[in-house]
Amino acid sequence: MRELLLCPPDYYGIEYEINPWMNRAHGADAALVQKQWKQLHAQLSNLDCDVHLIPPQQGLPDMVFTANAGLTVGREFIPSNFRHKERAGEQPFFAKWMEEHDYEVRWLPKNLYFEGEGDALFGGDALFCGYKFRSDIQSHRALADILECLVISVELADPRFYHLDTCFCPLPDGSAFWFPSAFDDYGQRAIREHVTGLIDVLPEEAVHFSCNAVVIGRDIVLPEGAPRLVATLEDRGYRCHPLPMGEFIKAGGACKCLTMFMPQREKC
Amino acid sequence: MVSETIELRGHIIDSLILPKVLDQILTHGANFKIGEIKIGERRADQSFARIEVSADTSEALDELMLRLRQHGAEVIERANVQLAGAPADGVFPSDFYVTTNQQTFVRLDGKEIEVRPAMSNSAIALDRKKESARAVKFFDVTKGDEIVVSHQGIRVVPVQRLTTHTDIFQFINTIVDADEPKSAIIRELGEELRRAHTAKGKIAIVAGPSIVRTGAGHHLARLIEAGYVNRLFAGNSFAAYDVERALYGTSLGMNPDRAVARGGHENHLRAINTIREVGGISAAVRQKLLTRGVMHACVRHDVDIVLTGAIRDEGPIPGVTTDVIEAQKVMREKLADVTHVMLLATVQHSLAVASMLAPTVKTVCVDIDPTAVERTVEHQPLQAIGLVTDVEPFLQELADYLTESRVRE
Repeated sequence: MRELLLCPPDYYGIEYEINPWMNRAHGADAALVQKQWKQLHAQLSNLDCDVHLIPPQQGLPDMVFTANAGLTVGREFIPSNFRHKERAGEQPFFAKWMEEHDYEVRWLPKNLYFEGEGDALFGGDALFCGYKFRSDIQSHRALADILECLVISVELADPRFYHLDTCFCPLPDGSAFWFPSAFDDYGQRAIREHVTGLIDVLPEEAVHFSCNAVVIGRDIVLPEGAPRLVATLEDRGYRCHPLPMGEFIKAGGACKCLTMFMPQREKC
Repeated sequence: MVSETIELRGHIIDSLILPKVLDQILTHGANFKIGEIKIGERRADQSFARIEVSADTSEALDELMLRLRQHGAEVIERANVQLAGAPADGVFPSDFYVTTNQQTFVRLDGKEIEVRPAMSNSAIALDRKKESARAVKFFDVTKGDEIVVSHQGIRVVPVQRLTTHTDIFQFINTIVDADEPKSAIIRELGEELRRAHTAKGKIAIVAGPSIVRTGAGHHLARLIEAGYVNRLFAGNSFAAYDVERALYGTSLGMNPDRAVARGGHENHLRAINTIREVGGISAAVRQKLLTRGVMHACVRHDVDIVLTGAIRDEGPIPGVTTDVIEAQKVMREKLADVTHVMLLATVQHSLAVASMLAPTVKTVCVDIDPTAVERTVEHQPLQAIGLVTDVEPFLQELADYLTESRVRE
């Protein structure tokens, strides 16, 4: 059974603007926020996942996006060093919670920005890590030192897809679906060299955060608005569970951003 | 050219970070040299590369470094230069750094400063206020000047052989011996001088008295008249021989056209006396006393004449610098913008000039003595050709090629 960490959206809202999706003039609808989040929670619970909840904190509206809390491998938790001061306050709460749940906290050097699973996803036998907008490439090397695994660093080129998990979603068979133009040429080549059976997501579907999906075995929980992708995934034998995520996309997040794996992998 | 050393670590091969960084260096008009590379053997092993990046300006390099840092490049901090005060006028501190004629940079407070001029066998004086570094000779230094000591914080950038085009200096860096054919090389040299002339390069001749004594003076005058000489370096004796030849048909009493000359050795002193009487070579040309020869051609075609003296000199002819320190200064100044030098039949003068040249100056040495050619060419290992030959046929062939082919055009 996969263990997941979610954070109830009690204090969620568009209170600042730190990515191109955020606009304080278009705030979130609190009732709809609760409804969409509960649908996600229910869907993941139905997929036989053990869903843990971390208490939300007032003044930290983005704490709901637990994927950015850090990266968990086995019983080790590597907390994020958030680039934006608006989110930096989340770090101690996540680290404390993980420690209290018997994870060994492995800190990265403070001067290296790293935004957790948002920019670090295992695919095949490599850990794919995005850099530029939020995480520094130097943090990838620190991860490789801690985890002793192959880290493929890819540069993110489109500010709308500022985290790796907004444009790349590895699948358990070693393939992945992705939005190629979110990466620079070298990043695209590196991914193509290391991932077989790539599924390209159309631009009109990628903007619905279709790559921001939670994959549990053969089940994929993803935002609605990507019928072509869903059809392709179902052709490959996956069961897709599209969910309305509009209130979270307003902040630049969706299903995957709202979910952290505990752990993402047992070992590298 | 300025440079920095960067290091890349991590899975830089699988992530294509190494090729990306190298491509970015090139697309920004900079160059790189890989100093060290270690490729991880197992899948999880990280790789390492140390790369020297060089760009034309420090601004371009700074901008490039900023970009490369984003891809994980770490810039290696180099140590600052060490300095000590000159203990007295004309004295360097012990352990002072001795320069080469290669492009040299010193690092001060994290910034690289180019040492100017690139001059060999000097020390480096640093001016913190002006942020400048200057190659200095003993006589340039005053007590308390800050002088670079030891080798720390110094970077020397040797001249690279060009790969973009080939000229005679690119494919011949050697000495053509007396018994080897020279015509093809002289023609190539003619082409090089023509390119230099078109590109507004500065061509200097260092002329030995044998040029006049062998009767080759008028070939040199033809080169001057055709515009292939911008500066003439010679000794008092060259000028005296040339004037004697112009006035009396002899040089040191010898007539190259006849076996026996009338007047003999006296002509030499009479020629010097004539020039002293009118106040100098230019005055002699103006007064139409001097109507032919090399010095005449120089005055008529605005060639800069740099005359220096020697102990054996008679006279001297007015305009000859007899103070050796002053002569060094003048020669350096007059060599600063020179692009091509021909060192013709004079060992000591050629060695003096060669020791003052920037490493990029294309140099031809012609002398009948192989040892003289070898010693001179050693100063410009990548940009010099030596021809062991009598200077007269050399100058004749070169002047013929340049003046006759000019007529053909």
